Amino acid sequence: MSNSAAADPAPDHAGQVGPIIAAHRDRPGAMLPILHAIQRQLGWVPGAAVPLIADALNCSRAEVQGVLDFYHDFRRAPPGRHVLQLCRAESCQALGGLALEAHARAVLGLDYYQTSADGALTLEPVYCLGNCACSPAVRVDDEILGRVDQERFDALIAGLRGAGATA
Amino acid sequence: MTATQPQRIYVPGDSGALSVGADQVARSLEIEAQRRGLPIELVRNGSRGLYWLEPLVEVETPAGRMAYGPVRAQDVPDLFAAGFLSGAPHRLGHGPTALMPYLAGQERLTFARVGLTDPLSLDDYQAHGGFVGLRRAIGLEPAQIVQEVTDSGLRGRGGAAFPTGIKWATVRDAPLTPKYVVCNADEGDSGTFSDRMLMEGDPYCLIEGTTIAALAVGATQGYIYSRSEYPHAFRIMETAIARARAAGFLGPDLLGSGRTFELELRMGAGAYICGEETAMLESLEGRPGLVRFKPPLPAIAGLFGRPTVINNAMSLASVPIILAQGAAFYRDYGVGRSHGTLPFQLAGNIRHGGLVEKAFGLTLNEMLYDYGGGSASGRPIRAVQVGGPLGAYVPESQFDIPLDYEAYAKIGAMIGHGGIVAFDDTVDMARMARYAMEFCAHESCGKCTPCRIGSRRGVEVIDRIIAGQARAANLALLESLCDTMLNGSLCALGGMAPYPVQSALRHFPEDFKRST
Repeated sequence: MSNSAAADPAPDHAGQVGPIIAAHRDRPGAMLPILHAIQRQLGWVPGAAVPLIADALNCSRAEVQGVLDFYHDFRRAPPGRHVLQLCRAESCQALGGLALEAHARAVLGLDYYQTSADGALTLEPVYCLGNCACSPAVRVDDEILGRVDQERFDALIAGLRGAGATA
Repeated sequence: MTATQPQRIYVPGDSGALSVGADQVARSLEIEAQRRGLPIELVRNGSRGLYWLEPLVEVETPAGRMAYGPVRAQDVPDLFAAGFLSGAPHRLGHGPTALMPYLAGQERLTFARVGLTDPLSLDDYQAHGGFVGLRRAIGLEPAQIVQEVTDSGLRGRGGAAFPTGIKWATVRDAPLTPKYVVCNADEGDSGTFSDRMLMEGDPYCLIEGTTIAALAVGATQGYIYSRSEYPHAFRIMETAIARARAAGFLGPDLLGSGRTFELELRMGAGAYICGEETAMLESLEGRPGLVRFKPPLPAIAGLFGRPTVINNAMSLASVPIILAQGAAFYRDYGVGRSHGTLPFQLAGNIRHGGLVEKAFGLTLNEMLYDYGGGSASGRPIRAVQVGGPLGAYVPESQFDIPLDYEAYAKIGAMIGHGGIVAFDDTVDMARMARYAMEFCAHESCGKCTPCRIGSRRGVEVIDRIIAGQARAANLALLESLCDTMLNGSLCALGGMAPYPVQSALRHFPEDFKRST
């Protein structure tokens, strides 16, 4: 949450999202494209964006907030530098997904939707990455990994932590 | 092949192949070829669907494409040393790809090009039969296109199996304009990945099928709604749409016909329910994905209140070959009222997981053992979930029932989007039943009470059963709850989430009686 966010005292969210909203507002059904574009750029959707979107799309703040709250993807707090998603669906369960899930939570000391203290990563569940023939699957940012056993998982985490430290 | 001509090597760019190291293999191939002074041309094809062999590297030789896999980056020097560029034998070699039994036995109509071609090459697409269907459709009257699809017997591949041609006829006859085509590529069903493979491996096929649908119903705008869980498919699809438009296969003057069809790719946001067609429309319009009441049917009043065809990606991807080869060609595959082929997806605890496109009518036994090679763990396969997270668990005693829509409906199961997920005998079916309710609770849109509340109560009741509390009474309560959800829910999420639960109860009652 905010204690894990980068040291940016007062980011100008309104200034950042303004041009994004302007770029998409005239598309039919622009709400999701706008929210996706904001999250792609900032990693989350700051509350300051809500009234701006409402104004641009001529709807109420409650409607924007309703969309933001409905969809699992949209984050209302900044995530860690990397987002790690574990697939919880049946195919992954059939090949040791539950054990991997328990291992991941224990190793990271995190529950779902929590961010590590060093800000390196946020853990999230996901329900199918479409990589079911290479189960168990995890996703790190935009990369999908398959046949992930505990050893491969630990190597992945070490890599992410290392990359985070040098970044 | 002369020394000056670079030799073509295929390394899939499919996200499943990437997930197990295809990029590293491709880099290694380039480095090793350069080191040896051998010119190669790397093609990043789609996956052939033999995922246990990914990354599957293919080399083009005078004797055809030769397959090697699963290749790791560190295997590459050894492959060169063994002479794999001339198709030489190697411990990772499988001979000519086309003759591999897993592929040779398939009937690939929808997936004819996936894995063969360079996914984003329009030339390659057309060299392998692409746009033949669209070119024919442009010369037909809309009613003739609809008739062709109706005659083919194609039914909705998303799971509901509604006849595609009848849906199209309703939209064609609807008076309001503009009309829309929405391609449902929100492949949320766990255990399924055919939409993803097609979007990554043959994106123009989906564009062609969607465009033919637009011509048939008079739509001028289309949307492909895909998933945020498929970032790679999204990028490829987006590029394909831009290239198709630049080449005149989309846009204001389709292939010089004067007809207009624009196509846009949209991304979902992690809500399974948006795979339900009316929730998808809500989402496209910019609202939470709450299921709509029907009527009105989307065919009459759909996206932005206008007549809308909503078809599953696999339905639309099957249309080009129907137009190209004719309705009878497609209709002759399959059994009973299940015509054509279905790209089945084999996953879970299975040795040879992947994509198997076959005509309807084969059995799970053939699928699991002839194609799948049995379980990955080597233990007996005990239960198979067919048709996604809302599909029934099928026990071994039913593995010989033919995979066709009606035969499956008769046993209280469904084929759905063709996902087949195998479990060995270590599975705890009470836990799987609980998971089905948990998933429904997580994904319920909340509009109707049986689904929203029922799924939560379902988790609690199953927890009590697992804990051994008043087992008989709670089992009766669970049956009653399932009945309420089945009959009282607004859409298939709450209406079918009881399928896995009831099938687990029916076929694996012993798992609900274990003492914990």
